[in-house]
Amino acid sequence: MTAVDSVRADTFAKLLAHNAAVRGDRPAFRHKDLGIWQTWTWAEVYENVRCLAVGLERLGLKHGEAIAIVGANRPKLYWTVMAAQMLGAVPVPVYADAVADELAYVLAHAEVKFAAVQDQEQVDKILSVSERLPLLRHMIYDEPRGLRDYDHTRLHPMAEVIAEGEEALKDPAVSSWLDGIMAAGKGSDVSIILYTSGTTGRSKGVVLTAERCIAAARDTVTFDKLDEKDEVLAYLPLAWVGDHYLNYAQGLVAGFCMACPESAETAMQDLKEIGPTFYFAPPRVFEQILTRVMIRMEDAGGLKRRMFHYFIGVAKRYGEKILNGEDVPLGGRLLYGLGRLLVYEPLKNVLGFSRIRVAYTAGEAIGPDLFSFYRSLGLNLKQLYGQTEAFLYVTAQPDGAIKPDTVGPPMPNVEIRLSESGEVLFRSPGMFTGYFRDEEKTSEVLTEDGFIKTGDAGFFDPAGHLKIIDRAKDVGKLNDGSLFPPKYIENKLKFFPNVKEAVAFGHERDYVSCFINIDLTAVGNWAERNNVVYGSYQELAGHPLVYDMLEKNVDEVNRSLAAEPMMAGAQIRRFLILHKELDADDGELTRTQKVRRGFIAERYAPLITALYDGSREADITTEVTFEDGRKGTISARVKIRDMRIYPAAVKEKAA
Amino acid sequence: MRAPDMDAGVTAGDVLLAVENVSLRFGGVKAITDVSFDIRKGEIRAIIGPNGAGKTSMLNVINGFYHPQDGRITFKGRTRSKMRPYVAASQGIARTFQNVALFKGMTTLDNIMAGRTLKMRRGFFWQMLRHGPAMAEEIEHRKVVEEIIDFLEIEAIRKVPVGRLPYGLQKRVELGRALAMEPELLLLDEPMAGMNLEEKEDMCRFILDVNSQFGTTIALIEHDMGVVMDLSDRVVVLEYGRKIADGVPDEVKSNQAVIDAYLGVPH
Repeated sequence: MTAVDSVRADTFAKLLAHNAAVRGDRPAFRHKDLGIWQTWTWAEVYENVRCLAVGLERLGLKHGEAIAIVGANRPKLYWTVMAAQMLGAVPVPVYADAVADELAYVLAHAEVKFAAVQDQEQVDKILSVSERLPLLRHMIYDEPRGLRDYDHTRLHPMAEVIAEGEEALKDPAVSSWLDGIMAAGKGSDVSIILYTSGTTGRSKGVVLTAERCIAAARDTVTFDKLDEKDEVLAYLPLAWVGDHYLNYAQGLVAGFCMACPESAETAMQDLKEIGPTFYFAPPRVFEQILTRVMIRMEDAGGLKRRMFHYFIGVAKRYGEKILNGEDVPLGGRLLYGLGRLLVYEPLKNVLGFSRIRVAYTAGEAIGPDLFSFYRSLGLNLKQLYGQTEAFLYVTAQPDGAIKPDTVGPPMPNVEIRLSESGEVLFRSPGMFTGYFRDEEKTSEVLTEDGFIKTGDAGFFDPAGHLKIIDRAKDVGKLNDGSLFPPKYIENKLKFFPNVKEAVAFGHERDYVSCFINIDLTAVGNWAERNNVVYGSYQELAGHPLVYDMLEKNVDEVNRSLAAEPMMAGAQIRRFLILHKELDADDGELTRTQKVRRGFIAERYAPLITALYDGSREADITTEVTFEDGRKGTISARVKIRDMRIYPAAVKEKAA
Repeated sequence: MRAPDMDAGVTAGDVLLAVENVSLRFGGVKAITDVSFDIRKGEIRAIIGPNGAGKTSMLNVINGFYHPQDGRITFKGRTRSKMRPYVAASQGIARTFQNVALFKGMTTLDNIMAGRTLKMRRGFFWQMLRHGPAMAEEIEHRKVVEEIIDFLEIEAIRKVPVGRLPYGLQKRVELGRALAMEPELLLLDEPMAGMNLEEKEDMCRFILDVNSQFGTTIALIEHDMGVVMDLSDRVVVLEYGRKIADGVPDEVKSNQAVIDAYLGVPH
């Protein structure tokens, strides 16, 4: 197959062939291996993917059959996705850190016949649940370490599969057969099934078709002016829509290079080495980076520290205005220019942000201060709003029109409507065709005229930018009838560096109370500087001085809630600090680190009772799951603090 | 932990190292008295015993750091009573230490690179110039070292000075340095001392992987009985410098002399 017009390419395999033809010498993939960045061009990737596709076909992978992809961001795993799509098979990526039970559920539900995995860890995990996967025929793996003595009747090293395909492709008949298969691929074929992280209950398989994926990616590639000279660091989980969209789909459409980190732990260093031009990170990551920068600046010499703080002040005053193209006095511009030279650019270089043209964050609300901090340094950080069912984008902030508390106007070709209850509904080019094997759920989220219900409550501001408050079903009411938006309150708390996670309660209760998880980095550093001695997370979390510090944070949240007439009733009356970190392994967070409020309420029921019966402390014993799947228990006595409530701001007074 | 098809104790390998009637004294103190045992090719051999039983002395004898007054040691068919540590090293015996012995100010990479010293053929002068053949040689060694870094999953600390690393990771770097010698016999002196459960499990996995992947013969001293019984093919037990038991883990576990040595005998 020679050059295929990229505008007409309606499958990813055709896009790959197109890229190999028009930019065959440009880098397509990089991977740091044995300390050195290895690069594959589009032409090489295309060849490898063809070999892999033929190899898989020889093993018996057929059109329409599902193949699970489990592991970290490795070129060979991305190639397996491409090879499967080339054959018309359906890749089903699964989170690499999923425990065996979750993995078994997804693999069984998606009826996978094949699994392509990274290493021994994943092979072992799948073997441990193999009785639940009668349909699974073959497994192929990337890293052979530790697998030498395994039974290899149904287990194959990926290198061998590629080699077999390469051998077979020497026969022109096989090669033209493969060309035929590719050409026969239709845009309406299922391209991938992405399992949602499951904030509520079991995960659902979101079915996406090739033509819709590609149409959506074309819109955003144009929107952000991405081209073959761009480069990304593919460090987001393979199974997450963000990775498949931002890196994979956009990469194939724009023809840019995806760099895979050496390992998950080295991602920050790899970021610096690669210097991507397009970057995505959830707010949590931006928060961690800022916390780390601030802590390291505390340890820097006096002169550097003062210079840093002075110029960060300058950036706060002028940085965002300059980025947005607003008027700034000449003096301000000059100072900012000096700041760039001395602080902002060196700092961005250390973080690996020097070459970034477009950066996005999404997934949760980002603190306005945090958001402004990065923008004031000259980083073009923007917010987007989307979900798996939309193949990511629903709204995004365009360059130069950024409001920190909104997620921007609808993307091109996306229609948005608000339901009577304030729920956001949308119809988009990339939207899914349904949940795999779940008609009931599909019809639940689709309206009769084909809009998708997001489940989020929101409204448009006068400029037409969407503002999301909370999950529609989570917005509750206190017994006195005042509004209770838990996430809104939690986010206000989480904007304090000391607070890692917060869970608010109040629906159908007399007042709002909440659980707080301290941030070990921030609070631990504070403890060190203030000679607070502690032996464990649990001890630090229960320390009276830590409680005092957090009491001040909660007090500030209450004051800001009191300032908003609608929210004044939702002030936090009582709070406690949890003795353990909320953890996805214990089912308390989703794999994308979102709080599962209902589950937590059940699990910590004694604590909630105590929050509402006036006790000053409560005992709790919880089961915890260790990384290897074994279980243990933690018990603790948790203290509860009462808070001061401010009178609601009265409009007349304020005026 | 072992694959079920590999039955412990039936590893049929040739004898790689044999210790015969070895005795070691420091002045009047008898550290080791008339101990004999062997290590077969490809096995994991544990040396256990209460404190002061002479385990570390035994390792020191094997790698030539101590010279026993009596007895013979046969390694790869060559018998000797005296050998210097660097000779032992050049013949394929590598070891790690009970208290981590790394160059604290050097990076992980440099520390492991140091383990390649014996394999360097170019002289000091050429290496200083870092040019021509010395450079080619360095690249070749670096590749081996990078493979070890990959194997031990320590990419993230490649350029971190080891003094800044937590203890568990330092132990792993030390293992890396020993592996850099591509040893035939690897002596590990309490590889898991002072580690938490997770670090221990990681280390166990690495030891098993070294053994199965590179076929390296391993002799280790360890106090954690769970680890010893899980890992090793055969166990030799010392008490007050004497051998009191020798055999597969199950035999040793049920040996009365061993139980007495560990739990004490009522007087």
